Amino acid sequence: MFKVIRDLLRYNREFLAGFTLTALVLVFAALHFWTPYPGYNLYLLPPDMPPSSEYWFGTTSRGQDVVWQLSEAVWNTMSFGLTVTILSRVIAISVGMVSGYLGGRTDRVLMSINDTFIALPNIPILLLVYFVLREQMTWPLLAVCAALLGWTYDSRLIRSVSLSLRTREFTRHGVFSGMSTWRILWKEHLPYVLPIIFFTAMNNLIWAISLEVTLSVLGFTDINRPTIGGMIYWANQHQAIISGIWWWIAFPILSIVILFLGLFMLAMSVNEYVDPRSRLDRMGGAA
Amino acid sequence: MSAVLEIDDVSKRFRSGGLLSARTVEAVKNVSFTLEADRPEVFAIVGQSGSGKSTLANMILGSEMPSAGRIRVHGEDITDARSARQRIDFMRRVQPIFQNPFEAFNPLTRIDSYLFSTARRFRDATGAKAQEALADEALQLVGLTIEEVRGRYSHELSGGQLQRIAVARALIPQPDLIVADEPVSMVDASLRMSIVNLFKDLRDRLGVTIVYITHDLATAYYIADRLIIMKSGEIVEQGPAKAVLDDPQHPYSRALRDAILPPDPRRAHEIIAG
Amino acid sequence: MIESPERPVAASEDVLRVDDLRAYFIVGSYGVSREVRAVDGATLRVRRGEVYGLAGESGSGKTTLVKTLAGAVRPPLQVVGGSVRYEFGGREVDIYDPATDLSRLRWRHLSYIMQGSMSVLNPVRKVRHSFYDFAFPHMDLGRAAFWRAVEDHLRKLQLDPAILDSYPHQLSGGMRQRTTIALATVCHPEFIIADEPTTALDVIVQRDVLKMIKEVQRQQGSSIVFVTHDMSVHATIADRIGIVYAGRLVEEAPAEQLFEDPKHPYTVHLIGSLPRIGDDRPRESLTGRPPNLADPPPGCRFHPRCPLAIDKCKRETPPLEGPHGGSRVACWRAGEARIG
Ligand SMILES: Nc1ncnc2c1ncn2[C@@H]1O[C@H](COP(=O)(O)OP(=O)(O)OP(=O)(O)O)[C@@H](O)[C@H]1O
Ligand SMILES: Nc1ncnc2c1ncn2[C@@H]1O[C@H](COP(=O)(O)OP(=O)(O)O)[C@@H](O)[C@H]1O
Ligand code: SF4
Ligand SMILES: [Mg+2]
Ligand SMILES: [Mg+2]
Repeated sequence: MFKVIRDLLRYNREFLAGFTLTALVLVFAALHFWTPYPGYNLYLLPPDMPPSSEYWFGTTSRGQDVVWQLSEAVWNTMSFGLTVTILSRVIAISVGMVSGYLGGRTDRVLMSINDTFIALPNIPILLLVYFVLREQMTWPLLAVCAALLGWTYDSRLIRSVSLSLRTREFTRHGVFSGMSTWRILWKEHLPYVLPIIFFTAMNNLIWAISLEVTLSVLGFTDINRPTIGGMIYWANQHQAIISGIWWWIAFPILSIVILFLGLFMLAMSVNEYVDPRSRLDRMGGAA
Repeated sequence: MSAVLEIDDVSKRFRSGGLLSARTVEAVKNVSFTLEADRPEVFAIVGQSGSGKSTLANMILGSEMPSAGRIRVHGEDITDARSARQRIDFMRRVQPIFQNPFEAFNPLTRIDSYLFSTARRFRDATGAKAQEALADEALQLVGLTIEEVRGRYSHELSGGQLQRIAVARALIPQPDLIVADEPVSMVDASLRMSIVNLFKDLRDRLGVTIVYITHDLATAYYIADRLIIMKSGEIVEQGPAKAVLDDPQHPYSRALRDAILPPDPRRAHEIIAG
Repeated sequence: MIESPERPVAASEDVLRVDDLRAYFIVGSYGVSREVRAVDGATLRVRRGEVYGLAGESGSGKTTLVKTLAGAVRPPLQVVGGSVRYEFGGREVDIYDPATDLSRLRWRHLSYIMQGSMSVLNPVRKVRHSFYDFAFPHMDLGRAAFWRAVEDHLRKLQLDPAILDSYPHQLSGGMRQRTTIALATVCHPEFIIADEPTTALDVIVQRDVLKMIKEVQRQQGSSIVFVTHDMSVHATIADRIGIVYAGRLVEEAPAEQLFEDPKHPYTVHLIGSLPRIGDDRPRESLTGRPPNLADPPPGCRFHPRCPLAIDKCKRETPPLEGPHGGSRVACWRAGEARIG
């Protein structure tokens, strides 16, 4: 795995670019641990200051420093995305592997549940949850809801890999060596599924982050917790564009663009790596 | 009972295609034969690819269920062995060897864990010492020792060694039937003979009955006592291996025999020209 | 057309000249770099219109050798020495000259059918797409003319052009392999490299595939390097055969001579161990195991398993020399071993 990443960094320019951009955003987000202002730094600073050497990205109409606000916002948005990704990976692995390996009735039941979830429309469902819970709607809860919506395609993918692993000779050899189902899944098959997990995680992360941004721009999340979408929500509330406070909106958007570009390039180069189409290359070395 | 394996009018149908265009493929049609316990032998099943050999092998191993007919091992119908306990008992008697020695071991799993797991599950060996002893005993039978295998992964061993280890593993439960599905089709000439010689040896020294599935008629001629020739799921000819191959009767058997490329440039050229 | 740096040469008999070629897998793990010497000093010639067979046990380096011949070298494989020179259209092309543009040679001059290459056909699209993707850019033809050429080619090889509209999984293994070969030869390459194209096919299908390869060669007059561990296949198709053992060529001879009068002890064993219908003499198997190419034995690499080994064999590497009546042999005691 690490070798793959190293080789990708070395030989694949998109991966290198994606990696650098994402790392840049991450470092920026991590800086919020050293923020000179606490998280809810309302009206500590002069409002509506344009970017200057003192306030690099300017200040908001609520008297917050955009740099530090954004740093924390990116961090929160990323942690939301990662939480969703990890949770949904766990569900996808469990359902996909068990379904593919056991087959038969288990497979049919699990896959019809899977397909039901695929059919659910994401945003309306989340809005529904928001309107039901209102004040109790915390971000971990939202993450769980999103994770429940975000595993379905990947579990189908994992299931298909699992189906093919099941017919591999080493699986049958393991069965006739008296290995238990649990051991075969955990020790023999999981290593083959992990790369897919890694590769789909990127796409899932993009999906989760855009989901979060969409919801918070509309104000359907915990608006008191700084997130990228939340910043844009507040900027809109204060009609930042109309009053010419462009930096309040521009920098959050810029950060999301860079982050998406980075993640997108990572996902793309990595997809290219796993995609059978690179066979084009393989026939005759480099066709 | 005096039969190790009884195949009694066995058929297998697969349904393929979607809901609307469903077709059934008859992979095995009305196959019957019996392997006697008091006469251990190498029993060859030959035929073109798609002729149903592997399907038959999988049914003998209990990995597929026959659509019709009965398969009995020591008189017990294997379709009755449903519980985990019964499956273990069954696997103690019937063990497989697979086609590709490089595929039969997970590249990420240590080779010896297959041996130890087998010893634990089928010989009730608890503790590393007892498991190693059983593994070593079996490895000795194929000309290896536990020292050569311990802690190693499949990429560190040659194809011939891996196939020997696969045989050794299959011997740990002390089965009386081994089903080998194309065990030499992926290995080269010199290894091929060492594995084939090993089968001979198992039959003669340990009295193991071997079902040897192959499309390589030359090795079947070399080791098999009896053989059946299959075409589209049916047996078209059967009998003592040498007699059948020296003088095949059925047109398909003759076609199969005539397609064999002899290791002799002059005669081989004629086959390709004809 | 091929461009510089190839220089025009007088048309010669040899279409491929390989000299002292060495290609190693250089793998670093935990700071220790290890060399696997999969091709160690290969020198050989392939003549125009000839089928050159390469045989040897698995892991002996056949695939690595032909990969280097095809210029399909990727890390961790590295060519560390020697040269591979082709003569295409009266010009000499050095594959490892940095100025050589390999992509211009591929398909039209040099085609490489890789081991397990049936997977080249895209499983989720019709066969037609694979032909289009791979061959169209190399053919200088309009679309209509291109498809006419492809269909013509298929018909010449006794394949029904209807396969173009099937998905790979709808074709049988043999059909898929023949489609792959048709694809590799559609641009009429002068030189074809085929790695184990018939392994794991059954006898009848194998015969058809071999017939087809022979047919391509007859129609197009190409030279072929053919890799397989199956000696019967070599007997059928090869004009000359090279035997590879542990990364080195140990014997090379015209096919008939190799089968009737092998000179190297390894070849003698190999030929002697072939099972034949109508002959059930017991066959001995070789003792010992194939050498580890990361740490090959010194001197002759076959010495730990050789029944004829003498002291000299452990110290000095026998050169591949000849002719011993038409063959080249790398053995201090060439010709002394007997079958049986
Ligand atoms: N799971 C399955 N579903 C549908 N059809 C199957 C299945 N398994 C086998 N078949 C069909 O059954 C027939 C016999 O297949 P089988 O694999 O047993 O042949 P084989 O003689 O072992 O061939 P090979 O040498 O290629 O392995 C073929 O027509 C095949 O397509
Ligand atoms: N990617 C790789 N990394 C390291 N060693 C390799 C790699 N591929 C092949 N080898 C080694 O090179 C040698 C020759 O392999 P190969 O050319 O595949 O042989 P063959 O085609 O005769 O089976 C073997 O010892 C093998 O272990
Ligand atoms: S050189 Fe010596 S060891 Fe090598 S093959 Fe010849 S006799 Fe055997
Ligand atoms: Mg089969
Ligand atoms: Mg190879």
